[in-house]
Amino acid sequence: MGLGTPASSVETAVQALATPKRRGARERVFAVVLLSATVVSVLVLGVLIADVLMDGLGRINGEFFTSYASRRAERTGIRAGLTGSLSLLVMVAAMAFPLGVAAALYLEEFAPDNRLTRVLEANIANLAGVPSVVYGLLGAAVFVYLFEFGRSLLTGAFTLALLILPVVIVASREALRAVPRAIRDGGLALGATPLQVAWRQTVPSALPGILTGTILALSRAVGETAPILVAGAVLFRRSDNVPWGFFDAFTALPIQIYDFVSRPQEAFRVEAAAAAIIVLLAVLLVMNSAAIVLRNRYARRW
Amino acid sequence: MSEHPVIEAPVLVSGPGDPGQTSLAGRPRRGEKLVMVLLALAGAVSVLTTVGIVAVLFFDAIEFFRASSVSVSEFFLGTEWRPFGDPENEAFRVGVLPLVNGTLMVTGIAMLIAVPLGLASAMYLSEYAPARVRSVLKPSLELLAGVPTVVLGYFALTFMTPLLRSLFGTDNVSIFNAASAGIVMGIMIVPTIASLSEDAMSAVPRGLREAAYGLGAGKRHVVLKIVTPAALSGIVAAVILGLGRAIGETMIVAIAAGNLPQMTADPFAQIQTMTAYIVQAVKGEAARGSLTYQSIFAVGGLLFVMTFTLNILAQRFVRRFREVY
Repeated sequence: MGLGTPASSVETAVQALATPKRRGARERVFAVVLLSATVVSVLVLGVLIADVLMDGLGRINGEFFTSYASRRAERTGIRAGLTGSLSLLVMVAAMAFPLGVAAALYLEEFAPDNRLTRVLEANIANLAGVPSVVYGLLGAAVFVYLFEFGRSLLTGAFTLALLILPVVIVASREALRAVPRAIRDGGLALGATPLQVAWRQTVPSALPGILTGTILALSRAVGETAPILVAGAVLFRRSDNVPWGFFDAFTALPIQIYDFVSRPQEAFRVEAAAAAIIVLLAVLLVMNSAAIVLRNRYARRW
Repeated sequence: MSEHPVIEAPVLVSGPGDPGQTSLAGRPRRGEKLVMVLLALAGAVSVLTTVGIVAVLFFDAIEFFRASSVSVSEFFLGTEWRPFGDPENEAFRVGVLPLVNGTLMVTGIAMLIAVPLGLASAMYLSEYAPARVRSVLKPSLELLAGVPTVVLGYFALTFMTPLLRSLFGTDNVSIFNAASAGIVMGIMIVPTIASLSEDAMSAVPRGLREAAYGLGAGKRHVVLKIVTPAALSGIVAAVILGLGRAIGETMIVAIAAGNLPQMTADPFAQIQTMTAYIVQAVKGEAARGSLTYQSIFAVGGLLFVMTFTLNILAQRFVRRFREVY
C-alpha cells in the first residue's frame, strides 16, 4: 500500500484484518463450550464415584461379606447377593457363550444370503433394543410358569442369557469378520471341510475378540436388576446360592442394592446401599479390566 | 482331489457365504450336516425370543381386555390408574394415561439433558479433541455407559434429589420426583447419543470440510453448517435410540421417581412410569390370572410397541446415512 491510499481503502483493510480476530474469539468460545459439555457427564461420573465411596467405604468390613441380609442395618450383609450373582455369572456364561458363538458362526460363515437370513439379522438388531424389563416379563411368563422352573436360579439365568445373547452374537460376528479370508482359504485348500476350517482356524483366531465381547456382555448381565427382579429374584434371602442349585430361590447383588435403597432408614438407604454398590462396581471393574487385557494382549491384527 | 484338473482350482475356492462349492475342500464328513443344523438352530433362538416376547405380552394383554370389563378405549384414554384390589370395587381404575404421562415426562427431561450434551460431546470428540484428550474422554464416556442403572437410581435418590431440594426448596420438591430421575437418566443416555453421533460425523467425507474451509468458513461454521447437516440421519438415529432407552429404563425411575401415577406436569411431583409400575406390581406379588397380573403385561405390551417402533425408525435412519457415504 502506498502513501496515497484513500482512507476508505485503509478502513477496509483494517476491517479485513480485524475480522479473523473477532472470529477467532468466537471460535475459541465455541470450542470451550463443546469441551465443557463433554466434561459435564464425565464430571457427574466422578461425583457419583466419590459420593458412593464417601457413603459406603466406612460400612465395608469382613462381616458385610459374610453375613446374610438382616432387618438391622448394622448387621446386614451381601453374602446371599454375592453368591447369587456369581452363580448367575457362571450359568449365564455357560448358556450365552456357546449359543452366541454358534449363532454368530452360522450367520457369518454359513448362512445363505437370502431373505430368511436378513430377517434373522434384523431380528437380532431389534432384540438389542428391547427394554430389559420386558425380558423380565418373558422370564416370568415362560420360565416361571410355562416351563415351571419357578422363581429359581435357572429362571434368572435363562432370562439374563436371552438378554445378552444379541450382544454376544454381534461381538462374535465382528471378531469372526476380522479374521482374514486367506486363513480360511488356506485351510480349505489343504482339504479341510468348511466346518473343520471354522472349528480349527477361524474360531481360534477370533477367540480373543469373542471372549472380550462375551465378558463385556456378562458384566452387563451382572449389573442388571429389572429383568431378574421381574422374573422372580428374592429381595430378602438368607441362604447361599451355588451354580448347581438350579431350582433354589435366589437373589443378586443389584437386587440387594435395590432392597437397601428402598428402605426408609438412612443406615440402609445410604450406607449399606453404597457399600454394596462399591462391591458391585469392583466386580464390574475386574471383569472390564480382564476384557481389556484380553483384547490388548491376545487380539491379533492382520 | 485328483479328479479335478489343476486349472480349475482357483475358481472352486470356497469362502464364507458359499458353502455349496466345496469341491476343492474335503467332502463333508459324517455328522457335519447335523452340526450345521445345530448352528442354524442357535441362530433361531433369537427369533424364538422375539416370538416369545410378543406372544407372552399379547396373550396376557388380550386376556386383560377379554376377561375383564375393561374396554380398549378405557385403557388408552382413562386418566386414573388404580389397578390393585377387587376389580368390582368402585375405586378400581385402569386408564394407562397417568403412567404414559409419567414416562413421557421423565423421558422429556432426560432428552433435554442428553441431546445437547450428547451432540456437543460428539462434535467435540469428532472435530476438536486432540488425540490425548480424546484418549481420556472417550473411555470415560464408555465407563459411564457401563454403570448399572440401579447405581444411577441410588445416585438420583441420595444425591440429585437432595441437591434439587436444597436449590428449589423442600416444600416444592418431593422426595420422589420426575426431575431427579430424568436428569440422571439424561446423563446415562449421553454416551449412547455421543458415540453414535460421533460415528456419523466421522463418516462425513473430508472433502466436504475442506471445500468449506477453502471458501473461507471457520471451524465453527464447518461443524454446524456442514458436518452436522451431512451427518443428520445418523444423529437422528442416535437420538431415537436414546429415546428408546429412556422410555424403557426401569431402575432409575423405580428408585427415584416414585409410585404415584398422576396426570401432572410438575417435574418436582411424584409420578409413576410404565416401567416402574411393572416393578411395583411384580413386587406386590400380583396373583397369576388376576386382573392386576394381566395389567402388567398390557403395560409391558404398550412399552414394547413404543420401543419397537422407535427401533425400526432408528434403523431406517442408520441405513440412510450408511447409504449416503
